[in-house]
Amino acid sequence: MRLLAFFLTLPLCGQVTHQRLLNAEKEPGNWLTYSGNFAGHRYSPLQQINDQNVAKLVPAWVYQSNSLQKFETTPLVVDGVMYISEAPSNVTALDTRTGRTLWRYRRTLPDDVRVCCGQVNRGVAILGDLVYVGTVDAHLVALDAKTGAVRWDVTVADNKTGHSITVAPLAVKDKIIIGIAGGEFGIRGFLDAYDAKTGKLAWRFWTVPAAGEPEAKTWAGDSYKRGSAATWVTGAYDPGTNLLYWGTGNPGPDWNGEVRAGDNLYSDCLIALDLDTGKLKWHFQFTPHDLHDWDATEVPVLIDAEFRGKPRKLLLFPNRNAFYYVLDRTTGEFLLGKAYAKQTWAKGLDDSGRPIRLPGTSPSVEGTKVWPSVAGANNWYSPSYSPDSKYLYVAAREAGSVYYFGNAEFKAGEQFNGGGFRSIAGEEEWGAIRAFRPTTGEVAWEYKLFTPPYSGVLSTAGNLVFGATAEGQIFALNAADGKPLWRFQGGGTVRSNPMSYLSDGKQYVAMTMGNSLYVFHLP
Amino acid sequence: MLWWIPFLLFQLQPPLEIPEKNPHTTSADVEMGKRLYLGRCGGCHGPTGDGGKGANLAVAVLPRAASERALYRIIRYGIPDTEMPGSLMDAHEIWQTVAFVRSLGQVPAVAITGNAQAGAEVFRSKGGCLGCHALGNEGGRIGPSLSGIGARRGAGHLKAKIADPASDVPDPFRLVQLTTKAGKSVRGIRLNEDTYSIQIRDFNGNPQSFWKAEVAAMTSEKKTNMPSYRNKLSETELNDLVAFLASEKGNR
Repeated sequence: MRLLAFFLTLPLCGQVTHQRLLNAEKEPGNWLTYSGNFAGHRYSPLQQINDQNVAKLVPAWVYQSNSLQKFETTPLVVDGVMYISEAPSNVTALDTRTGRTLWRYRRTLPDDVRVCCGQVNRGVAILGDLVYVGTVDAHLVALDAKTGAVRWDVTVADNKTGHSITVAPLAVKDKIIIGIAGGEFGIRGFLDAYDAKTGKLAWRFWTVPAAGEPEAKTWAGDSYKRGSAATWVTGAYDPGTNLLYWGTGNPGPDWNGEVRAGDNLYSDCLIALDLDTGKLKWHFQFTPHDLHDWDATEVPVLIDAEFRGKPRKLLLFPNRNAFYYVLDRTTGEFLLGKAYAKQTWAKGLDDSGRPIRLPGTSPSVEGTKVWPSVAGANNWYSPSYSPDSKYLYVAAREAGSVYYFGNAEFKAGEQFNGGGFRSIAGEEEWGAIRAFRPTTGEVAWEYKLFTPPYSGVLSTAGNLVFGATAEGQIFALNAADGKPLWRFQGGGTVRSNPMSYLSDGKQYVAMTMGNSLYVFHLP
Repeated sequence: MLWWIPFLLFQLQPPLEIPEKNPHTTSADVEMGKRLYLGRCGGCHGPTGDGGKGANLAVAVLPRAASERALYRIIRYGIPDTEMPGSLMDAHEIWQTVAFVRSLGQVPAVAITGNAQAGAEVFRSKGGCLGCHALGNEGGRIGPSLSGIGARRGAGHLKAKIADPASDVPDPFRLVQLTTKAGKSVRGIRLNEDTYSIQIRDFNGNPQSFWKAEVAAMTSEKKTNMPSYRNKLSETELNDLVAFLASEKGNR
């Protein structure tokens, strides 16, 4: 009997099949992929914690990371085990009930790792009996889900040239999809698919063209060679279209556009790739010839809804450039675009969704004041879509930057910025959680924050939206009207996304704050 | 107060080999350096480098940058625990900025005409500066510490600030006035603030904390509690005080 109880409480490490990933909503107690499902919803169907009782939420346990780097991971939970990544490129398996460690993977890194913005990692993927993590020295590693032992370790790219991996991989069918970072190093960006079992490269899609390809004409001279367009945020997948939807980053160099005249494809795009072949089905470029480092590396949200009277397969995209976009995800057709935060760089979007730039907004040697800021009106952290309220929730940032134009001399492995930026002296920056009606972009409600947030949101079937402030509070709002219902001070700036799961049939909400992972429950 | 957050987004790389001497010193470099300087540095250090909110750069020897390499490093990486940020300029641009900044050393700064010793007396007696400001381990915490102020601020800026304190209020010393729903009124300096709460140091030096939900009315303005000394001190006393503060270069 005791043995039976042991197996009931610790059903560790069942096989995670593609079928399970496809039907993630059928096992709401687990959190099987970065965004909770392939559609990028970051929604939990759990409702034990709800608008009636969330005020009583308290920490169940806290896990402290030894790293002082930013702690950006979204935990995955599979059958009583939580898998987290920790900066710089480590993985830890935790017991979901006690918070105690089951195994650790600790990676030895070179001394001179080249990354632009911190040696961070946003999470792992799981498929079969393997856990996958990308590393800042640009490897993809498969670990045994039961022990953390390395099953395979492949080099995705060379870190000496500024390639690194911070993104959580996406496990789909028999493939592990992994993006690359290095947009501040003039890399040639790509998105890779590896065979999940063997680590063999299945396909690579270059986000920047080679010589002679038609897209090379969108780059002056040979500037495509340093075109960047990194792929550092986890995308979405639709089994119906069999397409992967992935955002691409800024063109290189960030703020000097003179050396790369043209639209600079496929920087700042949403690319739709056939999962099996990696072939481009369509693309949509949000910010042609970007001059402000507005990567389109946000999480795409896929919903099926009626748009202007017709049922359509939609892709929702609150972009760093301060515009909210709705695309048809079968064809890439632009359906709607609307500013959702203060912006001073575009008069609007034309009928094809192309921005109509305002004069005097390019970076300059003396500095040009433009909204939104370099960190954007949104960034890598996740939005959330609730099928209950039918709102899209976004943590929006209201701030501007002074943008500088500078030299852009390329040396492999060194930063290739072509300028810089700073905050606007005396500006009162602020932020908000906003609930959008997805097909119109109207704001249904707004919850104001004292400063711009740098963390994402989770919605749940308990009529709740969880989010966090830059000053260390995690909070819960009523998903229907935005009224605050609960909060907790975690003692450190929050740069991550919340998620929720069941352990022993009881609901928990987890989010990293500062250098710790907090897990909350009802006492 | 949170102006520095964007800088965390771009982590500065470990230093590469930096030459001892500036390799870019042509007149075209100095001219480009001037443009870079005016966009990025002049706001604090003044268009002619004679200081302001930032240190006086129009001096023969920079106290924190004895060599051109040291100046390069400061422009690239900033100075920890000060308002001096780092920069994403490339090596060539930083050297051009160095070239311009060193050319400022030839320009005479605002002359210091007062007597520092007499100024020390004004500081302690008539001025009553220690009532609010710290100097080493002495003084109050209502206003910014004046330890090492001569290394951080130009003399012209110090004089203007004493005469017209509202001309530039440092963000960490924002004046707050609030009334709680229970009727309690507090004035003080903002120590910290977030979506839900605010922390204030009142004018008795006591830290106080309030939930915003408890607050009936609050004004948080970039105003200063410091009185103008324009009519409180004679021109000589003012110049002496400036001379004393300008001489405060080290940390006590």
